[in-house]
Amino acid sequence: MPAFELFQPASVNDALGVLNRHGADAWVMAGGMDTFDWLKDRIKKPKVVVDLAMVNELRGIKDAGGGLEIGATTTLTTIANDPMVKERFPLLATAALIVASPQIRNQGTLGGNVSQDARCWYYRAGWPCYRAGGNICYADTPTSINREHAIFNADRCVAVNPSDTAPALVALDAQFVIKNGDSERVVPAEEFFIGPGIDITKLTSLQPGDLLTAIRIPATWAGKGHYFEKVRDRQVWDFALVNIAAAMNVSGSTINDARMVVNGVAATPFRLNAVEAFIKGKARDKATADQAADMAVQGAVPLQHNAYKIPLMKALVKRAIRGDAEWTS
Amino acid sequence: MDLLTTARSPWGESIFTHISWSLFWASLVGGLLFLLAHGGYMLFSQHRKRPSEEVDRMERERAGLPAHITRHGFVARAFHWVMAFSMLTLLLTAFLPIIGVRFAWVQWHWMAGLLLTASVLFHIFHATFVLDFWSIWVGPKDIPEFKAEMLREMGKEDVPGPRSGKYPLGNRLYHLAVMVAGLVVIATGILMMWRVRTGVVERNPYMLSDPTWGLTYVGHGLMGVGFVGLVIAHIYFALRPEKLWITKAMIFGTISRRNYLEYHDPDRWVTESSRKPSSPVA
Repeated sequence: MPAFELFQPASVNDALGVLNRHGADAWVMAGGMDTFDWLKDRIKKPKVVVDLAMVNELRGIKDAGGGLEIGATTTLTTIANDPMVKERFPLLATAALIVASPQIRNQGTLGGNVSQDARCWYYRAGWPCYRAGGNICYADTPTSINREHAIFNADRCVAVNPSDTAPALVALDAQFVIKNGDSERVVPAEEFFIGPGIDITKLTSLQPGDLLTAIRIPATWAGKGHYFEKVRDRQVWDFALVNIAAAMNVSGSTINDARMVVNGVAATPFRLNAVEAFIKGKARDKATADQAADMAVQGAVPLQHNAYKIPLMKALVKRAIRGDAEWTS
Repeated sequence: MDLLTTARSPWGESIFTHISWSLFWASLVGGLLFLLAHGGYMLFSQHRKRPSEEVDRMERERAGLPAHITRHGFVARAFHWVMAFSMLTLLLTAFLPIIGVRFAWVQWHWMAGLLLTASVLFHIFHATFVLDFWSIWVGPKDIPEFKAEMLREMGKEDVPGPRSGKYPLGNRLYHLAVMVAGLVVIATGILMMWRVRTGVVERNPYMLSDPTWGLTYVGHGLMGVGFVGLVIAHIYFALRPEKLWITKAMIFGTISRRNYLEYHDPDRWVTESSRKPSSPVA
């Protein structure tokens, strides 16, 4: 690995102090699952690494008025097994449970999972693409290998957000607590993730000096109908080709309200606003699901090798609305 | 500090990718410093208009001139303001994200670029076939005017030598700079349309080699930041009190007979309207 100065603060304030001192030169490391790839491949060479492993106050799950507040470095295994999460937000528990492998879930954190960088291999291989500060997208050419890339909202870069917990948190209308120096801001999950049109070099709105400290999930969707499904190439350990997270408020067979989010199809978790509006007040049946699925993929622009994502996404939307299965992997 | 950013292509070549955004700040600060320096200079510089007695005499001699003389026809003015709108949109969409105002700028940028391209193509046609094409150009023939203007600027009275025709020398030099920068940003910008999804052309990022693309981006960036300083200077001069008559002419199309005689050489700029007879001036 390239040489860097390592800081292991024991408190949030100490971490913020280090981040403030080093600004854009500092790299925040939570579980290290994304970090070590970058460092070992010598693609990213930060001058300073701030390891959050010693900051106990960033870990844990607390009740918050029927909702939950989850510390940013709480591991995915902890979240997947936590009784409060499983009872109130099985959507998130399920999403956390099928991230990568057990070993990675033991080490990986919720904050790290939502903040991880794009998995486009042209970018990860260190090619000078848009996301790396260059002026081309190597994945968006007639000869590119772009099976895993975006079908929505591509703006020069066609990388997708690879997170499983991100769509669950957007569906649950979570809020991200971000500290920087003495200030704190709370950002809705939908605004935490940003597309290439806004900043082509980042997937999140985190700025130098920022520290994601907690994620708050309101009680709004606690105990309601939840659905999460992830489709991947290798069942034991892989990123999603497409995943879907849905929270629904259903009375009898009528859908009163819903939030549906798909990931792996755009650079941000892709909320299905039109579908949500359409299914509101409709029966939770095949006819509604079929129409909603057609609506969900309107505007999709496939690349050379990822047109399969359109029927796949339609199928997931149908299954989520019908409530076919709790989840598959 | 690197003024141009470089990268290693997948084929191992060292290629340019962009300009350093510090050049944007350099152009911005340079433009503002020029504004301050020129403004300060103008406070103490010599009065370089024609003396009013001389203008009075010329008005008597050219009593047949109309009260208002057309400086810019409707079409030329329309072009100017369309170009100004597209240029400001281009600058705002290009540089607001750099100063931290985040928005999806690419689509607005290339659309404004197409508008600029269309307006410039029209301008080339209009200037070539309708207007006096050579009236805006600068060349060796302007050296006497340059010398005379410099001497007047330094406070010399009764300097022999020509006054400007339709366009003052500074105007023409500015047009030359804008023309060069504009043609480069347009040519490179059109090429860059093949790099992004626009629906206008079929995307082909491999149309040029990586080094050529790098030069394209660098050329676009350099001229783009150059425009920051140029536009600051343009707006500054347009708002200066002694230049407002020119700005008004770009809005309303005409200048007064007195401005015409005061600032121009009627023998070098003979307009259609100046040939029309009018009631004599008292």
